[in-house]
Amino acid sequence: MTTMINGAGEADAVIRTRQLRKVYAGAPAFGGFAPPGARPGGPPVGRPPGADPKRPRDAAVDSLDLDVGRGEIFGLLGPNGAGKTTTIGMLTTRIVPTSGSAMVAGVDVVADPAAAKQHIGVVTQTNTLDRALTVRENLIFHGRYFGMTNKQAKAESDRLLEVFRLTDKSTVGVQTLSGGLAQRLMVARSIMHRPSVLFLDEPTAGLDPQTRLSLWELIRELNADGQTVLLTTHYMEEADSLCGRLAIMDHGRILALDTPDGLKRSVDADTVVTVTAGGDAGQLATALATATGVVKAEATPRGVEVHMRGGAGIVPRLMATAADAGFDVSDVSVAEPSLETVFIQLTGKDLRD
Amino acid sequence: MAAITITAPPTGPTQATAKAAFLALLARDLTVLRKEFKMFLARTVMQPLLLMFVFTYVFPKIGQGVGGGAGAARFSTLLVGGVIASTMIFQGIQAVALPLVQDFGFTREIEDRVLAPLPVSAIALEKVVAGGVQALVAGLLVFPMGLFIPATAIDLHINYPLLAAVMILGAFMSASLGLFVGTRVEPRQVPLIFGLLVIPMTFLGAVYYPWQSLEPLRWLQILVLANPLVYLSEGMRSSLTTGVPHMAWPVVLLVLAGAGALLLRVGVAGFRRRVLS
Ligand SMILES: Nc1ncnc2c1ncn2[C@@H]1O[C@H](COP(=O)(O)OP(=O)(O)OP(=O)(O)O)[C@@H](O)[C@H]1O
Ligand SMILES: [Mg+2]
Repeated sequence: MTTMINGAGEADAVIRTRQLRKVYAGAPAFGGFAPPGARPGGPPVGRPPGADPKRPRDAAVDSLDLDVGRGEIFGLLGPNGAGKTTTIGMLTTRIVPTSGSAMVAGVDVVADPAAAKQHIGVVTQTNTLDRALTVRENLIFHGRYFGMTNKQAKAESDRLLEVFRLTDKSTVGVQTLSGGLAQRLMVARSIMHRPSVLFLDEPTAGLDPQTRLSLWELIRELNADGQTVLLTTHYMEEADSLCGRLAIMDHGRILALDTPDGLKRSVDADTVVTVTAGGDAGQLATALATATGVVKAEATPRGVEVHMRGGAGIVPRLMATAADAGFDVSDVSVAEPSLETVFIQLTGKDLRD
Repeated sequence: MAAITITAPPTGPTQATAKAAFLALLARDLTVLRKEFKMFLARTVMQPLLLMFVFTYVFPKIGQGVGGGAGAARFSTLLVGGVIASTMIFQGIQAVALPLVQDFGFTREIEDRVLAPLPVSAIALEKVVAGGVQALVAGLLVFPMGLFIPATAIDLHINYPLLAAVMILGAFMSASLGLFVGTRVEPRQVPLIFGLLVIPMTFLGAVYYPWQSLEPLRWLQILVLANPLVYLSEGMRSSLTTGVPHMAWPVVLLVLAGAGALLLRVGVAGFRRRVLS
């Protein structure tokens, strides 16, 4: 896998967007729709907290500049409503951008969507398998939509059914597939026509851990064979273990873009210690902030989070500081900075499921 | 898994790609139709079968024949064309509108076909072509009923070229109507399609009577001119019968083509609005 630290050059960018922006015209269809995970009563997603409700609706995606090179696995990491699906929708011609430009495989997706679609493979967030067809027919007809002859499409379908371990399901209707199998079939279908770029929108959402791991393996293998992948996720571990580079998104904007390691290095500390104790967490944070090596100490719902420099060896000193201030420490966890730390540092909020 | 070899994408002239995609979409719809042919038959045959059976067999037999005696034969003759016409319109809505309403409403499976390498408007057009074929087949299925069911002899004088033109344009118009309706209606409004559209269209569509016979009710005669089924029924009668009064065929063909084109245009725009945001 080629990892491009500084982004793809002009020539080898398979995806390239400039100042891409989308403002939806109205409320989502059917009024009551809210993205899964949107909390009732919480602030409307897509709008920074405290935004004036009388202002025109915020952009779902704003000022998006992306360059993804051939052979990359590129990730968009962000919470519900960050604009991940909107970004994929624009790149795959289903959502018309309000302004800005987007090129896929050298084709302008707004000016020539029909040509761009030739280069695109998509696994959408929802199951869009053709319910009137069997598993095998789903693959065959997809191949034929992309210009394969019936014979070619049949041969390729059978090969992919084998590779994706779906052969024994070939003749069943797609409604009977479990979530994991349906997802595998969606991935198989999306690469039937050998797209230049494979778009995966939250490919492992709702899958059990084992199925998730096997799908990760599949994505890695595809990539090893040269498939460029753009995927979205809100799982930290997924972004960390799969993506060569990733962009952290929130409220439609990219907040940071780098390799997972590069992002973690950007955190102001090398050790993150979470301290839980009885008593006032704010006071504990103030006390801990005075210890040597501490960059920052903050009360969070999970305890006081302390960013430190100088390695895990300085943790005992932290404990001493807590004890001196009269706190009874009940739990301490020590970790290296994770993407979660990066995310919290960037957005001031948590990205837990 | 070195078996998944990624080669260069198939880049060809876009025009040829789009044409291949269009034909493949059509092949998909015909495959589905073949698989569900029993269902297609059930939803298609029942209504014309009962209409023909009750009006052209039961009524004359029990002495309730519309017009009585020779009138019954005349009624049976004019009814064949009307029943074919209403069957075609009904099929256009069944075959195009209902699946689309479902698709836009919850399943979203259409998204897969929207990603096929052809313009979105061509995808909508494909729906109309596939629906048109079904409307045509549905209409043709009524002919044998007209031959075997009526208790009285029916008197058909078929003008084949005109019949072909009327049925093809009628099928096109029916499927375009289906596209238009399918892109406008929400899933919970489906029952309204029948109550507020199909039933009024059928009863006021010159199915059971020639349009000219509405003469005594001038206002109604003019009002129903807005109903495209009137022209299809009249066209069918003008190509199937000689003794029954009917509209001039050029008017029929012109209106069917015009209404079809208009509905197609509005339907394609609606389709684009529904699949692109
Ligand atoms: N069709 C639509 N009409 C209006 N607003 C929309 C529509 N689709 C999405 N939005 C809004 O745009 C913003 C971005 O949504 P988007 O679906 O792109 O986020 P996401 O990152 O994919 O979220 P999730 O993790 O929930 O899938 C949200 O505020 C959402 O409510
Ligand atoms: Mg999404």
